[in-house]
Amino acid sequence: MVDESLVRKVAGIARLSLSDEEVKTFTRQFDDIISWFNEISEIDTKGVEPSFHPLKTENVFRDDVVKPCLTQEESLVNTSHKEGGFFKGPRAV
Amino acid sequence: MIASDFVRDVKAGKIKLEKFYSDFFNDLRKLDKSYDCFINICEEDAFKQLENLPKGKLYGLPVSVKDAICTKGIPTTGGSKMLESYKPTFDATVIKRIKASGGVIVGKTCMDEFGLGGFSTNCAFKIPKNPNDVNRVTGGSSGGAGVVTRALDSPHIGIAESTGGSITCPAAFCGVYGLTPTYGRVSRYGLLDYASSLDKIGVMAKSVSDISLMISVIAGLDSNDLTSRPEPVPDYSKSVSVKGMTIGVPKEYFGEGVSKDVSDSVWRSIKKLESQGVSVKEVSLKMTKHSLPAYYLVAMSEVSTNLAKLCGMRYGLELPLNKDDGFNEYFSRVRALGFGPEAKRRIILGTYARMSGYRSQYYLQAMKVRTLIINDFKRALKGVDALVAPSMPVVAPRFDEVSKLTPLENYKMDVLTVAPNLAGVPHLSVPCGEVRGLPVGLQLIGDYLEEKKLLDLGGAL
Repeated sequence: MVDESLVRKVAGIARLSLSDEEVKTFTRQFDDIISWFNEISEIDTKGVEPSFHPLKTENVFRDDVVKPCLTQEESLVNTSHKEGGFFKGPRAV
Repeated sequence: MIASDFVRDVKAGKIKLEKFYSDFFNDLRKLDKSYDCFINICEEDAFKQLENLPKGKLYGLPVSVKDAICTKGIPTTGGSKMLESYKPTFDATVIKRIKASGGVIVGKTCMDEFGLGGFSTNCAFKIPKNPNDVNRVTGGSSGGAGVVTRALDSPHIGIAESTGGSITCPAAFCGVYGLTPTYGRVSRYGLLDYASSLDKIGVMAKSVSDISLMISVIAGLDSNDLTSRPEPVPDYSKSVSVKGMTIGVPKEYFGEGVSKDVSDSVWRSIKKLESQGVSVKEVSLKMTKHSLPAYYLVAMSEVSTNLAKLCGMRYGLELPLNKDDGFNEYFSRVRALGFGPEAKRRIILGTYARMSGYRSQYYLQAMKVRTLIINDFKRALKGVDALVAPSMPVVAPRFDEVSKLTPLENYKMDVLTVAPNLAGVPHLSVPCGEVRGLPVGLQLIGDYLEEKKLLDLGGAL
């Protein structure tokens, strides 16, 4: 059973502020969706390996040499929150 | 005119690109006015590209790009307010390859926010309209690409992207060809991620020949995408006779919920292949009914982590930094403002499915079900060259019909497309007739890296 406190808790973990109205709507909608998700618990997967990718992937290595990448200027061009060549974030402490 | 003929004529000097493109952009703006298919039309950048165009396979050809793919200096929004102001400082690998072959990027097409939708009605900017009937949806999430491909008279190829059916659905609803390649066949570098283990960049076009041309340009290993496939790219252009091939018809794809008109159209095409010497055999994909919840669990889990990077720092939507705000308060406010309701819904559900205490029950179990779905396809594809099924269970619905659906009913529309996407097998949607003036699509589903067979079969229809 999904209730409003669960929706608020998970939204908090996901760093999303929700309005009271959003909480109400999502609570109603999630009940349906999560009982639908529960259907997959009935499938027998004993001894089945999970597929994190559809095809087998292998580690790819390259020599540890410096390659060109974005310049500091390019990296900072899409934000106004910067100072002295660094990104500027909200207060940390 | 097919794209390769156009390129040949441009190279021969029979078509002058300056003149061609001044008419072209007039048509494109008209098209956009009628159907709301572009987030950005890049006329200025296109003319800049013409000044120094490599004489490659796509020389002079107009290419539209789903707005989920990064284009240097051209806004790339992902259909979201979160990235309204974002101008990438680099080109995605596919864009680099298209430009190096002489393709001209003409615009960025409309889409559901970050690909989260099946109808292209979950758009932060414009909602595209179906050119066959403007009261109907285009399908999603690559809706804009479907519209442009269908409605533009001029030669053109569209670059689209699929996570759970976002190429097949608009291809079927708009009436064009749409290839979703094998997972990893085309580099994802520079794609705004939705679900990294599911995302595939692909092609929408008016003919199989156009699809073959474009996939031969964009496919292949890329050191910037560690999941891209190392196998050599075959020659897709030489078509082979389909005589002697075998196709499998999965009975579960013609079951409950699939409209009779749609399955009749698909069967007429199957008969057409049969008359050309193709054998037909019934097969079974037993996991079909389980594929929807498994897909949504995987997709939502992955999108909730991929969208975590959008938080008002480095790029994208930002707010003033208040003195009293900590990281969490600031991030939460930006994300509340920037994401639409479907993005929020999937972020919360995906976070829930990955939470400690629920992870094995939902996320891990879905990944195991995915293994069973992959095995299902391997079994069904044994001894056949491809599977044939309807692309979508119905023809394009009206906007008022879509607006009445609950989120869960909405997700269930993807019943025929999520399984091949979860398995990562290639599939091609092919127009196969009309029902009351609306296009129907069938999908050919093949084994890993067997795009060529799909193109041969699609070309025979």
